[in-house]
Amino acid sequence: MNQQPTLILGALIFAIGAVGLLVRRNPLVMFMCVELMLNAVNLTFVSFSRSLNDVGGQVVVFFVLVVAAAEVVVGLAIILSIMRRRPNATADDLTMLKG
Amino acid sequence: MQHALWLIPALPLVGFLLLVVGGRKLGDPRSGILATAMVAGSFLATVAVFVDLLGKPAEERALTQTLFTWLPSGNLKIGMGFLADPLSVTMCLFVTGVGALIHLYAIGYMKGDPKFSKFFLYLNLFVFSMLMLVLGDNLLLTFLGWEGVGACSYFLISFWHTDPANATAGKKAFVTNRIGDWGFMVGTFLTWTTVGSINYLDINAAATAGTIAGATAIAIGVLFFVAATGKSAQLPLFVWLPDAMAGPTPVSALIHAATMVTSGVYLLVRLNPVLLSAGWANDLIAWVGAITALVAATVAISQNDIKKVLAYSTVSQLGYLFLAIGTGNYVAAIFHMVTHAFFKALLFLGSGSVIHGMSHDQDMRHYGNLKKYMPITAGTFIIGWLSIAGVPPFSGFWSKDEILAGAYNFGSAGKVLWFIGLITALLTAFYMTRQVIMTFFGEEKWRNIGTDADLVPVTAHAHADSDGGTDSADAHDDHHVLTPDHTPHESPWTMTVPLIVLGGLALVGGVLNLPFVDKFELLKRWLEPTLAGEQELPHGATLFGLAVVAVVVGLVGIGFAGLVYNRKRIDPALIEREEFAKGWWIDSSYAWFMGGPGRVFFDGVAWFDGHVIDGAVNGAATLVRGAGLRLKRVQNGQVRSYAMGIAAGAVLLVGFFVTRMGF
Repeated sequence: MNQQPTLILGALIFAIGAVGLLVRRNPLVMFMCVELMLNAVNLTFVSFSRSLNDVGGQVVVFFVLVVAAAEVVVGLAIILSIMRRRPNATADDLTMLKG
Repeated sequence: MQHALWLIPALPLVGFLLLVVGGRKLGDPRSGILATAMVAGSFLATVAVFVDLLGKPAEERALTQTLFTWLPSGNLKIGMGFLADPLSVTMCLFVTGVGALIHLYAIGYMKGDPKFSKFFLYLNLFVFSMLMLVLGDNLLLTFLGWEGVGACSYFLISFWHTDPANATAGKKAFVTNRIGDWGFMVGTFLTWTTVGSINYLDINAAATAGTIAGATAIAIGVLFFVAATGKSAQLPLFVWLPDAMAGPTPVSALIHAATMVTSGVYLLVRLNPVLLSAGWANDLIAWVGAITALVAATVAISQNDIKKVLAYSTVSQLGYLFLAIGTGNYVAAIFHMVTHAFFKALLFLGSGSVIHGMSHDQDMRHYGNLKKYMPITAGTFIIGWLSIAGVPPFSGFWSKDEILAGAYNFGSAGKVLWFIGLITALLTAFYMTRQVIMTFFGEEKWRNIGTDADLVPVTAHAHADSDGGTDSADAHDDHHVLTPDHTPHESPWTMTVPLIVLGGLALVGGVLNLPFVDKFELLKRWLEPTLAGEQELPHGATLFGLAVVAVVVGLVGIGFAGLVYNRKRIDPALIEREEFAKGWWIDSSYAWFMGGPGRVFFDGVAWFDGHVIDGAVNGAATLVRGAGLRLKRVQNGQVRSYAMGIAAGAVLLVGFFVTRMGF
């Protein structure tokens, strides 16, 4: 099976996610971009796992999914509480942790 | 009975801790009894170890016991270990034995003092530290004890600290001792780098095998001798000991005559295999010892304070001990150390008894005819006097004679050293006779206080009755200034019993090591396993001749003093010269130097420290701080700029791998 299309698709999704993370200011959208990047990587893992006949890549995917789920729980909660306190805040407004 | 070993230092430590917790509640005299019992128990434990050692063949007489590893640090593992061999057990026997007697004496002497229990707390701590010093099987443990006794010495000298003079004397002792401690520390470092161990058995084995040799051995010998000059009051660091007499008299007897000041001697004898290969360090030790003995003896002639005479006498006798060590005569050093502990503790306690009976006046010019009022004190004091003056068969004669005989046999300079020792013996006999006559014989001079214009006026003594409203509860109703109608009294039994016991020991102490017949040289045969080599003493007729000369010289000193002070044929002013009274201005020239040129130098050092050393440290801090202030701008709190940084970094990394690593 030819791997090229899946790898190209993965790279594309990753690039979309990365650019979205850099250009958008809405925290929720930035968060979704991170998820995009993670899943792009998952796609790449799975396709390499198929071509190399190594189940290890799929195991890693499961790890990533579990960690991403945990991250979503924490991240969404933070974003939600920020939005309650400061509606319409963008990522650039939240600079309280500057040195 | 190896298990009794740890009990020796543990008992005084327990006594100390109990007194810390409940000393005030126990009060006077129960806290003193507790402290005395602890030291007496420690003495019994020492006797048990001693008997155990006696039952073994000579070469197996070394017990070690390591309780736990004290400092594990890389190659350096220091155990809390004790070493009991003939040398350390001999020291322990007289430290705990004489210590217990002095504790008993102090119950009487300190009666009614507001800080009674605190006094015994310090005394027990001192005995504990001293036993750690003696029993420790390595240099660091000895150093622990060394500093411990130094601290206790400081506490006890300035015990009546409400008088600024006492507090200053304590500080002087402490600071002077620190100079010597420097030698101890550097000596320990040097030993560690040379041998790789600071355990005595390893050091002495290495010295015997020749690992420590040449310049290193000399350096180690000199450094530990510097330590000893501080603790054992030798030139040039002896100035603290006469001032240390500001402490209560039992302290002077225990710490500044019998035990602590001999720790320098003990240290050097402990390391005697190192000294054997230390070349000219031995000559240095012998000469410093001999000159100290002579100088201190001359100073003692002109002192009028009863305790100051004994203080300079102690410095002088310690000089003898170092003379013995320098001439390789270690048995004689230990022998004289033991007999000196007996008779000097006796003399100090006797002087304390006199001071106690004379309203704490210490000026001998106010004494006289006290034998009538204090027969026991006078009798025992006279035994101590004959012993230190070297009259046979008292103990001091045997030990001093052995030191002089050893010096006589010491190379080309030996005759000179022997002659200095002989002159010192003459002076010793002289000033001790002077003291005995002024104190116990002649007229009752305090009767003339106020009426005789020539008599030195009485100054209020430095006793700290004033620091609390306890005078009414004070058992002495005579803690006041000496007056003409004063009637001296004999001291209570707690004070006279130690005097009698020590008097007996001073009388017969010589049997420890009788010359001429090998079989009677008990101490020599006992100490032999711990000594790497022993100098040969003169034999037969020479030894006998030297002894006769020493006795004649001693008797001349006594007779001459009798002529001056009893018969009054010669004006004492001719002999009590000013340079003697002022201690050859050694002390005052130190003070002048430290206040004048020394001060400028120290100020310079302080400036260097403040500006250059601190400047370097502060400069480094400023540099880091400035860099941090600039770098913190990167942390601007904008998540997207961090993401940009990560992305750029990832791109750069990928670029690096692709172009450089050839993927």
